[in-house]
Amino acid sequence: MTRTQLAGGVFLTHLPAKKFKTNLLSAQFVVPLRWETASANALLAAILRRGTASCPDMGALAARLDQLYGARIDYTVRKKGEAQCVGFVASLIDDCFAPGSERLLEPAAALLGELICRPVTRDGLFLEEYFESEKTNLIDAIRSILNDKRSYADSRLLQEMCTGEPYGVPRLGNEQITAALHPQLLFEAYRDLISTSRLEIFYSGSAERSRVEDALRAALEGLPRKDLVPLPELAPHALPEEPRFITERLDVTQGKLGMGFSCGSDDAAAMLLGNTLFGGSSNSKLFLNVREKLSLCYYASSLFHRQKGLITVSSGIEFENYQKACGEILTQLEAVQKGELEAWELEAARSTLLNAYASMGDSQGKLENFFLGQAATGRDETPEMLAEQIRAVAPERIFEAMSTVKLDTVYFLQGKEAEA
Amino acid sequence: MKPVHYERLGETIYRETLPNGLKICVIPKPDHAKKYAFFATRYGGMDIRFQLNGRWLDTPAGIAHYLEHKMFDTKEGNALQRLAKNGAEPNAFTSNAMTGYYFDSTSHFDENLEILLSFVSVPYFTGESVAKEQGIIAQEIRMIEDNPDWQIYARMLRALYSVSTARTSIAGTVESISRITAETLYDCHKAFYTPSNMILTVVGNVDPVKVSDLARRILPKEGGPVIPRDYGSEPEAVGAKEARMAMEVSSPQFLAGWKCRPVPEGEERLRRLILGSLACDLLFGESSPLYQRLYSQGLVNSSFGGDFEQMPGVAFLYAGGESKEPHTVANELQKEADRLIREGFDEDYFQRALRSSFGSSLRGLNSFENIAVSLTEGCFGGFDPFRFPQIFDAVTQEDILNFLRDNMTADRAVLSEIVPKEA
Repeated sequence: MTRTQLAGGVFLTHLPAKKFKTNLLSAQFVVPLRWETASANALLAAILRRGTASCPDMGALAARLDQLYGARIDYTVRKKGEAQCVGFVASLIDDCFAPGSERLLEPAAALLGELICRPVTRDGLFLEEYFESEKTNLIDAIRSILNDKRSYADSRLLQEMCTGEPYGVPRLGNEQITAALHPQLLFEAYRDLISTSRLEIFYSGSAERSRVEDALRAALEGLPRKDLVPLPELAPHALPEEPRFITERLDVTQGKLGMGFSCGSDDAAAMLLGNTLFGGSSNSKLFLNVREKLSLCYYASSLFHRQKGLITVSSGIEFENYQKACGEILTQLEAVQKGELEAWELEAARSTLLNAYASMGDSQGKLENFFLGQAATGRDETPEMLAEQIRAVAPERIFEAMSTVKLDTVYFLQGKEAEA
Repeated sequence: MKPVHYERLGETIYRETLPNGLKICVIPKPDHAKKYAFFATRYGGMDIRFQLNGRWLDTPAGIAHYLEHKMFDTKEGNALQRLAKNGAEPNAFTSNAMTGYYFDSTSHFDENLEILLSFVSVPYFTGESVAKEQGIIAQEIRMIEDNPDWQIYARMLRALYSVSTARTSIAGTVESISRITAETLYDCHKAFYTPSNMILTVVGNVDPVKVSDLARRILPKEGGPVIPRDYGSEPEAVGAKEARMAMEVSSPQFLAGWKCRPVPEGEERLRRLILGSLACDLLFGESSPLYQRLYSQGLVNSSFGGDFEQMPGVAFLYAGGESKEPHTVANELQKEADRLIREGFDEDYFQRALRSSFGSSLRGLNSFENIAVSLTEGCFGGFDPFRFPQIFDAVTQEDILNFLRDNMTADRAVLSEIVPKEA
């Protein structure tokens, strides 16, 4: 792995590998996550994907991609810590599998560059019809989070818990702000995005670095570069004096319970292990007790938000089991804090994490997502270095780190007719 | 173990059938850290009526899935924990026609494989442990019942089929699973978890001979009898033209489905799978004129998509997503199919779509999971999925048009809709 600077604020992470059928090429702008700009950036990615000066509509773009043996270029909008990452991920088959052994990296990179630098425009703005249709699609996408009740509940918990903090901003922003966007504003946002934000590029595949660099330099020749707007330091989460309890009602058959915790420790490796023991795997305390022992749910898991120092728990339960499930989840947290563990549990948690780091190099998608997260939050450890840190954690460090975990917010989604 | 090299895919498969009937496929991946094992039985949500020891058994809906949950219990405790100690990430799934158990790991592979083969081949449950699972699976059923994607797909299948057990929900219902007992689970295990009804696939940096030796040592020496199954004799006509349900969703969603002609086992299955998927690409894929028109008219958004699927005795094609006007989109799909049957495709467009579809199939080989599942389906269906380049070479426009003529006619179509609940 190497990370080099291609131009002002443009970085290439080169991940050489000959074992894949495909090459992955990703270009991501990294910007602060803010209510005011999140929806505009999300909309930009979608509009840019509609057409370029040379391929002005979906038909022309699709034809170009088909010619490259069904290369895909998808726009992505992701949240990494308190940064929003917007851009494109391209996947194309490796040259050696093209029946005519054509070179596919260069034309794919060129198209990626065009999507960023040369959108189709009219009178200095995006096409009105693209603007309107993608704005409608974005509003629909924001509303459709409701359709998956588990993600909806998870997202509502974070919003409630981190009100007033960038971390509470959903990756697509919200409906009201999207509705207020207009074409001039959006084109200005586009100019700002491509000229003043850091661009992180990732390549995984068989091509040597110099070939990838050459292809990208040519592709991004038209990219305007000004002084970069720096990413602000991530703000620590403010713990409320008393835990907050929020209940919402929708017409559902299963209740969704979300519990948010703040963590006071900056020992990330110990927290990762602690969280894996608590609810991060199918051998965790939550799985074995809330599900297997008490049969309260099908899923009960916890997630450690490393960049922000939070843990969130997510579960689906019968409405009337709300108290029982909350109580059991807290009991299991306490067990981890007190170190009530069998030897195999720690061994399993450590092996689970080590296996995940060891196999990351086998997936281009996982590699890209991992290194983007690192770049967006100013870290430079490789999976191997993180694995080394996990190996070095003694049990006491876990209990100490987990002892700083405090209940912050409880969110419960229940049915319309259910008794409170 | 006999190796077959697939030049155009850059892959080699080692295959062997053991004396007990177990088929083994090993795909060496010398440059990968991850090793992946997939152990599957030809037994899924559709197999609820079958013959055991000369007697027809009717089992409750959801029993294959229930059995999957219970197989992780062993005399020594839960197999999940033993695998986890070695860093293996085990899991399982039940589909309409298959139950698959798998893990991936970067160390202790032989030991993990031994655990996998043992817990799947030796059942161990009691009345109490079976009863305890009711609560967990009931919550899994509640979870999918709240999921509009699942509802719309399940309802489409129930509209397409009036008799076939393709209409049976894989997980069953809270009611049907309450009738499952330890005894029935043992019966089902005995019938379907025999080596001759199972496939073991391993992908990763492993020695094929060691895999085969381990399977010989751990698994029963005897295979089992062929189990006759009754999927119901499905009439040609669809069961119902429309299905509609109100849910707490943000916008209407739909799936338009076409009841296609089923295909007997053999390489024709693979060919039909490729033709069906090409028909989807050509008719309504991202490059298609229809998709571009519907998208720019705001009638569909990027959630739109579809596929062609085959299950025992049935095959169907579907397309859908969110739309403010499901009926209009369903009509447009039918009109476009009718038009193509009359006028054919533009030859350039056809060639492009072939090229693109070949690339997608190749991309699928990055995933160990995908390789293992498709090889297993190939073993059950009598075809070799790694022969897709040869099939692509031979596909003509006329093949696709015949597929459309045979399968995508208006009398074979159904529409499944989910609409937002009135506030």
